[in-house]
Amino acid sequence: MIAKDNIKISVQHLYKDFGKTNILSDISLDVREGEVVCIIGPSGGGKSTFLRCINKLEEVTKGQIFVDDYEITDKKVDINQARQNIGMVFQQFNLFPHKTVLENVMLAPVDRKLLTKEEAKTRAMELLKRVGIEEKANEYPHSLSGGQQQRVAIARALAMNPDVMLFDEPTSALDPEMVGEVLAVMKELAEQGMTMVIVTHEMGFARDVADRVLLFADGVIAEEGTPKEIFDNPQNKRTQDFLAAVL
Amino acid sequence: MFEIITKFGPTLLEAMGKTLTMAFYSLIFASIIGLFFGVLAVVKSKICNIISQVFVDIIRGVPMIVLAYFVFFGIPYACKNMLGFNLTLSALEAGIICLSLNCGAYMAEIIRGGIQAVPKGQMEAARSLGLPYLTSMRQIILPQAIRTMIPSIINQFIITLKDTSILSIIGFPELVNSAKGVVALTFKSFQVWAIVGIMYLIIITILSKLAKVLERRLSYDRKR
Ligand SMILES: Nc1ncnc2c1ncn2[C@@H]1O[C@H](COP(=O)(O)OP(=O)(O)O)[C@@H](O)[C@H]1O
Ligand SMILES: [Mg+2]
Repeated sequence: MIAKDNIKISVQHLYKDFGKTNILSDISLDVREGEVVCIIGPSGGGKSTFLRCINKLEEVTKGQIFVDDYEITDKKVDINQARQNIGMVFQQFNLFPHKTVLENVMLAPVDRKLLTKEEAKTRAMELLKRVGIEEKANEYPHSLSGGQQQRVAIARALAMNPDVMLFDEPTSALDPEMVGEVLAVMKELAEQGMTMVIVTHEMGFARDVADRVLLFADGVIAEEGTPKEIFDNPQNKRTQDFLAAVL
Repeated sequence: MFEIITKFGPTLLEAMGKTLTMAFYSLIFASIIGLFFGVLAVVKSKICNIISQVFVDIIRGVPMIVLAYFVFFGIPYACKNMLGFNLTLSALEAGIICLSLNCGAYMAEIIRGGIQAVPKGQMEAARSLGLPYLTSMRQIILPQAIRTMIPSIINQFIITLKDTSILSIIGFPELVNSAKGVVALTFKSFQVWAIVGIMYLIIITILSKLAKVLERRLSYDRKR
């Protein structure tokens, strides 16, 4: 079975246990093409685990996940092929420290033979320009600020030309003055029609950019709605408590 | 002393060459063995992990000298009497097998530790770009692991170079064996063993210095 035409990510009755501990239970979610979904919620609520299930960094316990034509939860899925279509950006950037910025961005498309070296270089420079750090192309990651590193990480993910992008608290490890530059890149990406699922603690960003906001708590989607509904008129007690604590 | 050097210098140098040859091949094979079992120790498969652990435990638990006798005498004996074909191993071949297995086991441990010291996020970042496991290992994890492993690897290489002397017992004419011959001819054990000691010392000092240079070269804050 294949996800419906304009549905990019479809999660159906997802359960995830770590050992005997249940972390996620009965999560279902459809993300349409071009939609931006922000996930908020208290720490330990299962947000990262959920995101990691989508590109199979975690094996699910039960349920189905589709991304485009790939059933991620199918044992026989070509996971490397499927992952090329799913960009992921981590809280800790995870740039490759032994490669230059340019090499970080070029590596996967060349290795997977999507592009020749020359093409990949041109494309990488374009992407670096788009995230505003083309002048750092030949530097090593450790000489960049956190904000710059995270922008490189976004460029690296985009280099594979993914249809969807997953962000796991992309600004949580940044000094406050660098949060804005990363959010700006993400906002631009959203405006260009990228399908995005973003775990974030930046409520202003979620309100501004998200089409839909989900509140994860204790492994379930406690509430979901438009930013207006969630932030201005939360119905669920857990949403109210969470927002009271962070706003 | 000088008399010994002028008279037996060439012999000892030739023997040193044999020592280095044996060490060189052993280190190459040991690196392959170590890499293989080191990676086997970290892949997500219980069976692979156990195979690696058993190999390392066996080699570490058997003295080299026993391993040497086993390979040089035991294996050809078994081939002839139990399997019915002749296998002759030269002392050099047997020596290389022993040293490769021995050094390989320790290398496996070093490599396992080095791989596990690379932050988990590196493998996850590589995999989420769609890179296969082994590609990620080769392109992302191992190059980083190697950097932290270099001092231990060089140390292991030095130990293996010194361990070549144990192979004198199976009759390979490496440095220690040849030196014995020179002592038998000249009776000057003090001078001969002093010279041999200094020869080892020079080679190993050069290796250590090389290691320092390599280590500095490979650190991130220097452009290549
Ligand atoms: N690899 C793991 N093994 C066991 N428990 C885990 C693992 N990863 C996460 N958890 C647990 O799962 C729960 C949800 O974690 P996580 O998804 O990181 O939450 P969030 O991202 O919302 O803070 C936490 O209680 C955490 O301790
Ligand atoms: Mg998290």
